Amino acid sequence: MNHALIVPVLLPAACAVLTLLAGDRRIRLQRAAALLACLGLVVVAFGALDHTVAGAITVYRLGDWPAPFGIALVLDRLAALMLALTAVVALAALVAAMTGPEPWDRRGRFFHALFQFQLMGLNGAFLTGDLFNLFVFFEVLLVASYCLLLHGRGPERLRAGFHYVAVNLAASALFLLAIAALYAVTGTLNLADLALAVPRLGSADVPIARAAALVLLVVFAVKAAVFPLYLWLPRAYAAAGPPVAALFAIMTKVGVYAIVRVHGLVFGPDAGGAALIAGPWLLVGAVATVALGAVGAFAATGLAPMAAYLTVASVGTLLVGVAVSSTASLGAALYYALHSTLALAALFLLVERIAAQRGGDGFTPRPPVAQPALLGTALGVAAVSIAGLPPLSGFVGKLALLQATADLPATPVLWAVLLAAGLAATIALARAGSALFWKTAAAGAPAARASFASLAPTAALLAAGIALAVFAAPVKRYTDATARQLADWRLYAPAVLRESGSRSARPFPTEAKP
Amino acid sequence: MEFLVAGAIAVLTACGVYLSLRGRTFPVVLGLGLLSYAVNLFIVAMGRLQAGLPPLVTEGADGYADPLPQALVLTAIVIGFAATGLIIAVALALRATTGTDHVDGEEPSE
Repeated sequence: MNHALIVPVLLPAACAVLTLLAGDRRIRLQRAAALLACLGLVVVAFGALDHTVAGAITVYRLGDWPAPFGIALVLDRLAALMLALTAVVALAALVAAMTGPEPWDRRGRFFHALFQFQLMGLNGAFLTGDLFNLFVFFEVLLVASYCLLLHGRGPERLRAGFHYVAVNLAASALFLLAIAALYAVTGTLNLADLALAVPRLGSADVPIARAAALVLLVVFAVKAAVFPLYLWLPRAYAAAGPPVAALFAIMTKVGVYAIVRVHGLVFGPDAGGAALIAGPWLLVGAVATVALGAVGAFAATGLAPMAAYLTVASVGTLLVGVAVSSTASLGAALYYALHSTLALAALFLLVERIAAQRGGDGFTPRPPVAQPALLGTALGVAAVSIAGLPPLSGFVGKLALLQATADLPATPVLWAVLLAAGLAATIALARAGSALFWKTAAAGAPAARASFASLAPTAALLAAGIALAVFAAPVKRYTDATARQLADWRLYAPAVLRESGSRSARPFPTEAKP
Repeated sequence: MEFLVAGAIAVLTACGVYLSLRGRTFPVVLGLGLLSYAVNLFIVAMGRLQAGLPPLVTEGADGYADPLPQALVLTAIVIGFAATGLIIAVALALRATTGTDHVDGEEPSE
């Protein structure tokens, strides 16, 4: 067994414990440990990416229990892709949290421990092959995110934080309900085993499985902030500290990942009575989310809320590709997920630098920034990328998505909404840029210039986005291969279970279709 | 027994939903707590309701109770407990910072 597979979960956990042991006074030690752990994660994640290029599905059985009984970690192309994305964004967010005039990791206690626990939850959620284990890792990352959101305190953060915690607790209750119902009819919670068991359900059990599938969709839609369950996001993301918000850019993608994984694998095209049950709901929700995110970005009065609404719009855009659920559209959606996470994380980090020099991120007249050329260029690159204008990665991703959805009954509506949202984002970001850099009030003392180190994470994320556009062909080949691998669940199940055939440990027989 | 358990889950869920839709933080916390109780009962019930069966395979017994939902519910209880503790802390901090126990952190204007 390849023990490297569990490193993305164990490394942050060990680092979190170490930073707790180091205590508040030894911030240098904490920072060094956190940086080393994040660098280690980048190395391991890109190793995993390299390992999966050929299409291998690697399984790690915890305690070496055979798959339906024990918990399995599964590394396939999708998991490796998400691990690598998480590691890159986390490294940038961590460096951003340690630099600047008032570093975020010193504004409260336990920042590094919480940050590492969040990474542990994220990596675990991407790796696990078990539905209940997915719930556990969701909770790990959520509990860490509650505390990170409140990091630095302040009434606005507490108000947003209470909503965020309450909404997610309700979603967790629903998640458990769906898991229990699914277990009641199938007798297993291993995703590969579920994929085999759901098509064989008796006619009396199919409605329960369908209900469980839709409840799961609601839960994942809450995490992904899909319309109409997005209400917690804009306030929370705008209130969070910018490095935290940059890391949160990946959290909505966890919800999308769970939809792809669970609804693609378990309730896919061959799932009998519960086949493709999420598709129609998801498509309507995705289109509404794009429209709403664009309107919200248009109406935002500051750069942070605007970035939050652009996050909502990006989730909607990539969910369009997921909902259509053809191989081409899924490949395009995965490329778009990479692009949007990098670009939005860069935008969130940029918010802090601009706000620090202007004395706020609002669009009202304020003192001019000290480095207009540098920050303006950075905002311009991020804006072009997010709005989906050529030549950057947003354009490539959106173009691929439009091509993949070209011959559907819903194409006119899809294209109209996606293109109009792109226009709205362009205008909104242009307005934001001109307000931030040209609407100036009389200044007192000139603002302090941002140090090189504090701008490096933003620059690195923007460079990664540009690299994504330059190397669009190989990256797109990989995401397309990922989509093909996801479509072929018949390969996934035997790889995890070793021998095909659903077995249950339950003391009573599962009613199977004759 | 089925009716009793189902009725208990229904009452807990109804109370939980009602309370968690209130405008003050304390009822919301209570409501989320009741919801998690209902969910925990539901998980146990999903392992089928049986009385008097040993938890493990035992010689001479008719069968054994499904151990997996019990393991799941233990995990769910632990996580729910931690999350409830956290939301109470947030609610208290909100009350202390904003001076109101309304969920929005400000008194609604009449």
